[in-house]
Amino acid sequence: MRRTHDGGPRATLAALPWLAPAAVLILGVVLFPAGVMVFNSTRDISISGVDKGPAGFANYVEVFSFPYFWPILGRTVVWVVVVVGVTVVLSLGIAQLLDKAFPGRRLVRLVVIIPWAASVVMTTMVVYYGLEPYFGIINKFLVDIGLVGTPEGYGWTRNPDTAFAWAVVVAIFVSLPFTSYTILAGLATIPAETLEAAKVDGAGPVRSYLTVVLPQLRGALSVAVIINIINVFNSLPILKVMTGSIPGYDADTVMTMIFKYIQNQHKVDVASALSVVAFVIVLVIVAVYVRVVRPMREV
Amino acid sequence: MTIGVTQGGIRRRRYTSDQVPLGRVVLRMLGGLVVLVVFVLPYTIMFFGSVKTKAQIRSVDPSYFPREWHWENYLTMWSTPETPLVQNLISTIVIASCATLLALVVAVPAAYYTARFRFPGRFAFLALVITTQMLQPAVLTSGLFRQFVALGMHDTWAAMILTNAAFNLAFTIWILHSFFASIPREIDEAAQLDGAGRLTVLLRVNLPLVWPGLVTAIVFTFVAAWNEFAASLVILSTAGNQPLSVALTKFVGQYETSWQYVFGVSVVAIVPVVVLFMLIEKRLVGGLATGGVK
Repeated sequence: MRRTHDGGPRATLAALPWLAPAAVLILGVVLFPAGVMVFNSTRDISISGVDKGPAGFANYVEVFSFPYFWPILGRTVVWVVVVVGVTVVLSLGIAQLLDKAFPGRRLVRLVVIIPWAASVVMTTMVVYYGLEPYFGIINKFLVDIGLVGTPEGYGWTRNPDTAFAWAVVVAIFVSLPFTSYTILAGLATIPAETLEAAKVDGAGPVRSYLTVVLPQLRGALSVAVIINIINVFNSLPILKVMTGSIPGYDADTVMTMIFKYIQNQHKVDVASALSVVAFVIVLVIVAVYVRVVRPMREV
Repeated sequence: MTIGVTQGGIRRRRYTSDQVPLGRVVLRMLGGLVVLVVFVLPYTIMFFGSVKTKAQIRSVDPSYFPREWHWENYLTMWSTPETPLVQNLISTIVIASCATLLALVVAVPAAYYTARFRFPGRFAFLALVITTQMLQPAVLTSGLFRQFVALGMHDTWAAMILTNAAFNLAFTIWILHSFFASIPREIDEAAQLDGAGRLTVLLRVNLPLVWPGLVTAIVFTFVAAWNEFAASLVILSTAGNQPLSVALTKFVGQYETSWQYVFGVSVVAIVPVVVLFMLIEKRLVGGLATGGVK
C-alpha cells in the first residue's frame, strides 16, 4: 500500500465531483441509517412511531431479559456454523468436480448458478410446498420410499425443530453456488506445475490435495467463509417462509427476532437495540476470523 | 492500491480427455449428473407445479409429473386475489432497473477517478466503500425504516431504489476500480493530447474498454435488487408497491394457497435473471478472483 499524496488539498478538491455522488449515497443510505438505528436504540418509541424521549438502556435490557433471547442466540450460532460449515465442505467437492474436464461440464457449471440467481424466497417456497402434508411432493416422495409412515406426513413445517432443520438445508443449498464458484476461482489460480511436481514426488491424489491444493485455496476459502458468515447471519427470507407461521420463538434467530419486534410487536426501539447487538456480533465474528486466519491479502 | 485482477489472465488447465482414464471420466460424469439433478430439482418441481390445476396441486394423491399441462395458468395467475401480481412485477422491474442504473452512474466516476489518481482522502474513501461491503440492508432495516419515515419516503419505490443502489455500490465500485486500473494510463494521455476532456476520456475511451466489468456489475446489482427481501418487507407497506419477493410470502399459511400461481410467477421472475447470470458465467470465476462479490 503506497500512500503517495501528490497534490495536497487541491487534488482532493478536484476529486470531489467524481467521488461525491458515491460518498453521499453511502453516507445517506448506509451510515446515516446506522446512526439513526443506534440513536433509536436508546429512545422510547411508541407503537405508532412517536419518539417519547430517552430510554437509557431500557431497550437493551428488554432484549437481554427476554426469556427466549439466549436460546435464540444459541440457535443463531448453530444456524451460522452448520450452514457455513456444511456449505464449505460440499462446495470444496463441487468445485473440485467442476474444475475437471468431462463431457457436460459446461452444462453442470451453468446449472449450479440457478439458486444463486433465483430468488431465495421462491426457492424456499418450493421446499415449503413440497413438505406440506398430503399434497407436498417431497412429502409424497418420503412416503413412497418409506421414510415417512402416513401421507399426512410428519408436519415438517408445523414443528419448530424440523422446520428449522429444513431451513438449514435450504440455506446450504442457496449458499452452494457462490461458495463453489469462489473456490473454483481459487483452483484456477493454482499453477498446473505445482500439481505436476507433487505427482512427480509420488504424492497420491489425497495427499497432493491436502498438501498442495488446500493451502493454496486459503485466500479463496477465507473470502467465501467471511462473506457466507455475513450472508447467513443476515438471512431472513428462508426462516421467514419456513418457520414464520409457527407460533412462539422456538425456531427464531436474531435476525427473524428483529423483524418480529418490528412487524408483529411494532417495537422499533427494541428492534434497533437488537439490531445493534446483531451488528456487533457480526463485527466481532469477522474481526476474530480475520485475526485468526489473516485472509486479507494486501489491498 | 492494487487488486489482483486476473480478467482472462487465469490460465485454465485443460486436460484432453485421452490423457484421463475412461473410468475416471465416467466417474466425473456421474458426479456431474448428481450435481445437475440436485440443482435442477427444486426448479423442476416449481415448473411442473406451475402447469397443474389447483385441484391437482392440492390433491391428496399428488403426481410427480403434471397429468395435463395447463398453460393457461400463466395468463390467469395475474388476477389472483392474494396480491396484485402485475403491480408487484412492475415494482420489481422498476426498483431493480433504477437501482442498477443509479449504482452505475454513481460508481463509474468514483471507480475511474480512484483508479487513475492518487490524492489525499483516496484511502479514506476506499475504506468507506469496503466498510459498506460488510453491511446488509437486513441488519439496518430499523434505521432505514425510521429514516425514510422521517423523510416521508417510506412506502415509495424511491426508498428501495436508494437502498438497493447504496448497498450494492461497494461491489460495483470495487469491480470497476479493478478494471479501470488495468487500462494503461497512456491511453488517457493520448486522448487528452487530442484535446479530449476528462469526462470524454472516461466515457468515450475508458468505458468501452471496461464493458466486461460493467456487464458483471450490472448483472450482480440487478439480481441482488431483483431478489431483495428484508428491507422491502418493512419499508414497502402498500401491496401494490411491494416487489414479488415480498408479495409471494403472503401465500404461505393461507388456508387454500394457489401454489400453481406462486410457481407460475416464480418461473416468470426467475428465468430472465438466471439467463442473465448464465451469460456472465465465464466472468464469475475472474470476477470472484477479486474477492469482492457478495
